[in-house]
Amino acid sequence: MDVIEILLTVSFWAAATRIATPLIFGTLGELICERAGVLNLGIEGIMTAGAMAGWMAVYQGADLWSGVLFAAAVGMIFGLIHGIFTVPLGLSQHVTGLGLTLLATSLAYFTYRMILPDVPSPPRIEPFQPFAIPLLSEIPFIGPALFKQTALTYLAFVSVVVVSLVLYKTPLGLALRAVGENPAAAEAQGIDVYVMRIGAVMVGSGFMAIGGAFLTMSAFNAFFFEMIAGRGWICIALVVFASWRPGKALLGAVLFGAFDAFQVRLQQALGGDVPYQIFLMLPYVFSILALIVMSRRAAYPKALMVPYRKGER
Amino acid sequence: MRLETRTRVPLALAIAAPAGAVVLALLLAAIPLLWAEVSVVDAYVLIFKGALGSRLAITETLSRATPLIFTGLAAAVAFRAKLWNIGGEGQLYIGALTAAAVGTGAIALPSAVMIPMVLVLGALAGALLMLVPTLLKLRLGVDEVVTTLLLNFVVLLFVSMMIEGPMKDPMGMGWPQSAPIVDEATLPKLIARTRVHVGLILAILAGIAVWVMTQRTIWGFEARAVGASSAAARFAGMPVPRVMLRVGLISGALAGLAGVGEVAGLKGYLTLDLSPGFGYSGIVVAMLAQLNALPVIVAALFVAVVFVGADFMSRAIGVSNYLANLVVATSLLTMLLASLATRYRLRLR
Repeated sequence: MDVIEILLTVSFWAAATRIATPLIFGTLGELICERAGVLNLGIEGIMTAGAMAGWMAVYQGADLWSGVLFAAAVGMIFGLIHGIFTVPLGLSQHVTGLGLTLLATSLAYFTYRMILPDVPSPPRIEPFQPFAIPLLSEIPFIGPALFKQTALTYLAFVSVVVVSLVLYKTPLGLALRAVGENPAAAEAQGIDVYVMRIGAVMVGSGFMAIGGAFLTMSAFNAFFFEMIAGRGWICIALVVFASWRPGKALLGAVLFGAFDAFQVRLQQALGGDVPYQIFLMLPYVFSILALIVMSRRAAYPKALMVPYRKGER
Repeated sequence: MRLETRTRVPLALAIAAPAGAVVLALLLAAIPLLWAEVSVVDAYVLIFKGALGSRLAITETLSRATPLIFTGLAAAVAFRAKLWNIGGEGQLYIGALTAAAVGTGAIALPSAVMIPMVLVLGALAGALLMLVPTLLKLRLGVDEVVTTLLLNFVVLLFVSMMIEGPMKDPMGMGWPQSAPIVDEATLPKLIARTRVHVGLILAILAGIAVWVMTQRTIWGFEARAVGASSAAARFAGMPVPRVMLRVGLISGALAGLAGVGEVAGLKGYLTLDLSPGFGYSGIVVAMLAQLNALPVIVAALFVAVVFVGADFMSRAIGVSNYLANLVVATSLLTMLLASLATRYRLRLR
């Protein structure tokens, strides 16, 4: 198959959008945390926990949307832990985040094994089904690629717009960016730095968990161990790629999705001649390359990873 | 009442803090055990027995601690200089791959040459892998957390490619594994008919070497200074990039050695399930040891006890052995809390 030919098919871009969805949620979530000055390396674990929690809720009889809400709530609880450790206690954001990833992952696996001790194959649920949005889906080419998806993908699009509006057009967004750039000045304006930062980490972690839940409730219909497979870390790279802007995060995630969908098709086209592992490596290598290209100009939030203590200068 | 930064940590507190963290983690782990409706006391007795209750159990724990000492040292060395090497898992596998490439019969030399060669080349491979993110950080300002994490996945896929391709054992009945390590390259057993091998001694020696380096040499002083404040270190005329580079290479080499030990000392051939996350557990080991080299050995033994004991308990009463990961992860977080006590002092006035 010709490269151009692949890039011009609707199914290719539909797949790219599908692959991008969990990354959109994860990148938005990480972006919210980092904009408030907190690096959240718990993302990989929170996505795992969200994937398990949402799926398990539905498997136990909840409806799909309750499952999504439950996943988000679980994510927010982990976010609260991260927030308390890193904000008022000022502990290392790196180590807390990694610890949280270990905790959330093992808790998800332990819970899964507790509830389902020995199942021969992962049980399935009835996942979100794709539906076409009237009018929008009739736009030539773009319509069927972007607007014949599942509800969670649409939620991801809407989230980008909402997060963008809140960040740049509301006092809340201004306060959030202020605590990430200059917490002392924010405090002088009467903003409670601790509350803003912990709140941002909680909301961000909720988004990450929904990203995980998309995998078990929309992309697939079951929970597999190690199914997040580094998507959380890729989101952290995408935040840098997006220069901490929601719109660019969407673009980065879709570009990444396109790249991933492309390697799958390339793998099918070249099947056999090249070891399949080479293709599976490409997304990770691509993320590293993107990070290298963008890091030069990276405008980190000024107070990222700097703990703030009240009354200290 | 106010918090003051401690200038010196009393020895009693330096021991009490991690001990308290471990006790708290074990108490918290009672919650999932209660959920599983098993007796908490029984479970802990089983963990203890499974890890330390017999000669076999103890040797099993020692053999599990061996790679954890190496990866724990790798993390401790790097974190002390605030170089966030989270790539221990990848460096372990590249070390293991190198050991398998060199030690499976391609070169035939007596063991007096083979064993040192496998060790040195494995360490070198780990160091070279860590060189990439370190240089990217120093030259281009690329965050090493993400690059080391992502490289773990790349390395694992590379290993998978090698043992399903050019390095696949032709006698392996189709399993994706390397050919067995030849006798000349196999690390001798420390205790006959057990899984404890010379790697344990090497790991302890590495711990002592790192301790001497950190406490008694200019290299260690510079690394600590860079970790405390890289701006101040630069101001004092220290070559900060060179210090970082040195730290990165040493850290990668230590993690590489963990992989050599597992392949050439324990398993005898390379598979994709060589490491159940030793690279990541090494971070917990390092934190429990508060990034000090000699305590890393103790912390690695503790984590090994939890893993080996939980496996035993899991087989005995059927609670998932993910409990071990849960205890280890929780003890990392409780250790962070305990570190507050060593860093600050509450003063009433």
